[in-house]
Amino acid sequence: MNKVVKDPSAALEGIQDDMTLMVGGFGLCGIPENSIVQLVKMGVKNLTCISNNAGVDDFGLGLLLQAKQVKKMISSYVGENDEFERQMLSGELEVDLIPQGSLAERCRAGGAGIPAFFTPAGYGTEVAEGKEVRIFNGKPHILESALTADYAIVKAWKGDTEGNLIYKATARNFNPMMAMAGKITIAEVEELVPAGTLDPNHIHTPGIFVQRIFQGDYFEKRIEQRTVRTKQ
Amino acid sequence: MALDKNGIAKRIAQELKDGWYVNLGIGIPTLVANYIPEGIEVEFQSENGILGMGPFPFEGEEDPDLINAGKQTITVRNGASFFDSATSFAMIRGQHVQLTVLGAMEVSQNGDIANWKIPGKMVKGMGGAMDLVASAENIIVAMMHSNKAGESKILKACTLPLTGVGCVKKVVTELAVLEIKEGKFHLLERAPGVSVEEIISKTEGEMVVPDFVPEMQL
Repeated sequence: MNKVVKDPSAALEGIQDDMTLMVGGFGLCGIPENSIVQLVKMGVKNLTCISNNAGVDDFGLGLLLQAKQVKKMISSYVGENDEFERQMLSGELEVDLIPQGSLAERCRAGGAGIPAFFTPAGYGTEVAEGKEVRIFNGKPHILESALTADYAIVKAWKGDTEGNLIYKATARNFNPMMAMAGKITIAEVEELVPAGTLDPNHIHTPGIFVQRIFQGDYFEKRIEQRTVRTKQ
Repeated sequence: MALDKNGIAKRIAQELKDGWYVNLGIGIPTLVANYIPEGIEVEFQSENGILGMGPFPFEGEEDPDLINAGKQTITVRNGASFFDSATSFAMIRGQHVQLTVLGAMEVSQNGDIANWKIPGKMVKGMGGAMDLVASAENIIVAMMHSNKAGESKILKACTLPLTGVGCVKKVVTELAVLEIKEGKFHLLERAPGVSVEEIISKTEGEMVVPDFVPEMQL
């Protein structure tokens, strides 16, 4: 089954105003940067974005915030972004902050056909407000529901024409769960190869979860915090 | 004299035990990795998807695809592994990680912790902190005893939105090592040259003080 589309424009066809998108990445690591630029070009508005972070002011999802295309963010950590903070404090942007592990599991559950699950994370905090509490093994847990999206946009290192994906290092992060949870999942990859090239033993995301795949033209891969040590 | 950040990290490092998997939060906790006691082996977990995190890379060897949970470029040690965020929090929630060290804005005498939000002023989000504190068997908080205005952050009850309830077991500050049990702080050690009176005066929460309080051995 050939899932290849020629460019970001073909990959993102069908995304409209008011849709819910999942966008992979942790900080600026493993984000689908070509697709984000294309979303800005398309000008789609009132988006709900599910993503661990919100990029920085001038890169990643920060670009969509600058262009005021986002109605609501569902994230776990949104520091490092002044425009985000401004829109949130002024009430222009709805924000649903949820514990990182719950965010990951809610995406996984959405893709795995599990409507909800209990977790201890957030019990006794404002995250638990309005949620069912149950005691398991003497410990309180809160009910968290699954997340799905109209489109999930993920970034992988290598992919093949069947949509099988391999991620590199910590650029994996949320991408595999989001790939599972999109009604339509779009993968942008650094290297697109013919089916049969990648060792099936090494596939992280099986192609069944991916509907469209393309090779990005260019990846800036901006580093958020460059930390080094000096050679003695 | 009160400890500096490195002193706090050095004292916390004495709590590490051979064979432990440890998650270090951002800030002072990150420094703990610099003071692993000789003869013990621990492995650091970073919740964005690494076991076996190593030191910062040499200049020119940074890899944008390899960062820690603080988004800093890092390296991995031999025997490291990478995984997705759901697997990472399975390790944390499933109690496969033995120790969590994290920072706090406030801690209360029943072990509550607040570290993610100041209403109306600062909202960065909880990241993985709520998952970590809800599940870890051992949680050590690294923090300053009082804020910049001199007000105690070691409280009867937290005033800021909570990150977790009844979860903190131990607190290491620039002045003292405190244990939390039975709804009270217990003063275990004081920083070299710091008096018990100073610690009492800077602690708002109820604190049990034994007759003899040893100095930290750093």
